[in-house]
Amino acid sequence: MITELSPTDTQPTTPRRRVLLLPALAVLAVVVLSITSLFIGVSDVSISTLLSDSSDGTAGRILLISRIPRTLAILLTGIALGVAGLLMQLMARNKFVEPSTVGTVESAMLGILVVTILVPAAPLLAKMGVAAVFGVAGTALFLLILQRVPLRNTLVVPLVGIMLGGIVGAVTTFFAYRFDLLQSLNSWMVGDFSGVLAGRYEFLWLVGALAVVGYIAADRFTVAGMGKDFTTNLGLNYRGVMALGLVLVSLISAVVVVTVGAVPFLGLVVPNLVSMLIGDNVRRSVPWVALLGAGLVLVCDILGRLIRYPYEIPVGTVLSVVGAATFLYLLLRSRRNVA
Amino acid sequence: MSPDTLPAAVRARRRTPLKTLGPGTWILILSVAVAALVVTFMTIDLKGNLGYVLPLRANKVAAMLLVAYAVGISTVLFQTVTGNRILTPSIMGFDALYILLQTFLAFTIGTQALMTMGAGTRFILEVVLMVGFSWLLYRWLFVGGGKSLHLVLLVGIVFGTLFRGISSLLQRLIDPSEFVVLQDLFFASFNNVDSSLLGVSALTILAASIAGWRIRNRFDVLALGRETAVNLGVNHRTTVTQVLVICSVLVAVSTALVGPITFFGLLVASVAYQLCSVFRHRYVLPIAVLLGAIALLGGQLTLERIFGFDTALSIVIEFIGGIVFIALLLKGSVK
Repeated sequence: MITELSPTDTQPTTPRRRVLLLPALAVLAVVVLSITSLFIGVSDVSISTLLSDSSDGTAGRILLISRIPRTLAILLTGIALGVAGLLMQLMARNKFVEPSTVGTVESAMLGILVVTILVPAAPLLAKMGVAAVFGVAGTALFLLILQRVPLRNTLVVPLVGIMLGGIVGAVTTFFAYRFDLLQSLNSWMVGDFSGVLAGRYEFLWLVGALAVVGYIAADRFTVAGMGKDFTTNLGLNYRGVMALGLVLVSLISAVVVVTVGAVPFLGLVVPNLVSMLIGDNVRRSVPWVALLGAGLVLVCDILGRLIRYPYEIPVGTVLSVVGAATFLYLLLRSRRNVA
Repeated sequence: MSPDTLPAAVRARRRTPLKTLGPGTWILILSVAVAALVVTFMTIDLKGNLGYVLPLRANKVAAMLLVAYAVGISTVLFQTVTGNRILTPSIMGFDALYILLQTFLAFTIGTQALMTMGAGTRFILEVVLMVGFSWLLYRWLFVGGGKSLHLVLLVGIVFGTLFRGISSLLQRLIDPSEFVVLQDLFFASFNNVDSSLLGVSALTILAASIAGWRIRNRFDVLALGRETAVNLGVNHRTTVTQVLVICSVLVAVSTALVGPITFFGLLVASVAYQLCSVFRHRYVLPIAVLLGAIALLGGQLTLERIFGFDTALSIVIEFIGGIVFIALLLKGSVK
């Protein structure tokens, strides 16, 4: 087993070249998808209309006001939700959790609803803040309940999370019903990029920045997932790391819910696929998670725009089918591996 | 057979204060409560045109009683067959499947054709499909063995999510005007139950009940677990199929009447087991049904009269049921 000590020597050249080739291909795919996304829509925006002199610049304005913001919003959302899911999985040390299966998203929705009811005129930033605080509280509650579950097996963790999300969701629906806000609640429940315009999505840059923070701190979350004693022994502030993780995940979820609505299962599917593809080295997998997250949301959004052209199907709906199907596959596959 | 798969009958012997009353007494008390609630519901605040108000209220009461019956019986029987106290047809995605089938039919043949097809034909078609699904599910549950209940639960819940996802996808693809018709088909809450639907549902429930009555003696034996039941001479496979068919029919009825209520069955069955000192279906089944009726009638009455708004009942049930579910998980009653 000496070879294991010097892995660089034993690695043949081909895999290393593949290591370079694969990211290049993935980046290329995301770029191609992004460009495709720019040119799909009801109004005619194409290279020729953009360049032709006869047009009055409408196409260019549409591109700047609607198409580019939309594509950027999709990329940022995909990157951030993928990373948020990965962080959640590291903290709970469980592959089947993500913000929408542990109640973070539902708690954030409850937060938005509370602000909307109490201070209807509150600025967007305040709504996001309150949503994030609720998200932190909900996620913390989940982790707290988890500590009390007598047998903490892999499958109980997501079960408890989904149920907690259901309970918080019921409370939210209850008040939304009372205050006649069911319709606006629906707009948060189903992620949809069709309303994204310049001036209405810029907060998503914040979640992009948070994803970068997540990348920088990724190793710490791996350590924190090992438990309090282990973390403290390694000289890390356990509470600090967990708090940072909670705030990151909750802020990302809150901002995404407020601007585009819930995008379910993304944070679950993407890190799992990456782990199947390249393994569990967190530092290495974060860029992949970001790329794959962006790519998956792009594909789902493009699909949603094409299936019933010229009408749109929200990306949240498309992803709930794709995501749930993948989740089922992962569940049944994991059983086979364990058994 | 490991201790945790031991029949509910053995574990239910632990006496709690509630169980000092015999099951017969409980049935009596609960029946009186249901009767009182029905009378209150029909007569409270009675004014205006009686010829209009009374039939409206009677419709509501009938719908609630039918739903209580369908959910109570189907949940307890399903739990008997699957040998657990936490899986219910709703949690395993049956309601969501029913809605998916409705949507799929509307999507492929159109709501117009769906309406003209006749409630009977439609119903039979849907029930056949649902039984097919439950049979596959059941096969998966028991063939190969050693499946953890948690896995089954999680798979069920995710199946439910998947079905709902596909339904909403299909609903988006349907013409908006057709979608309105479809929505009316699904979410007939207690306030606007179609009286013709009530008739069909009552008949269907009656048919399912007769089928159940004929095999009633086998329920307690089934509760002892597969091996014991087989040793005692029950044709396990056939009986289980029959029970699953009955469950599917009942779930279809309750979903058609009021839409999906995920945790109602869990709630009712859990309390029924708590009250019943002996686990025998002749006691547990009626107690579950009566508890369901009390929950629906009492809940609706409270919401309408005290809070002054309707239809949020399923939300309240969802809330309490979710808490009970987590409590059951925390108690470790699922292993």
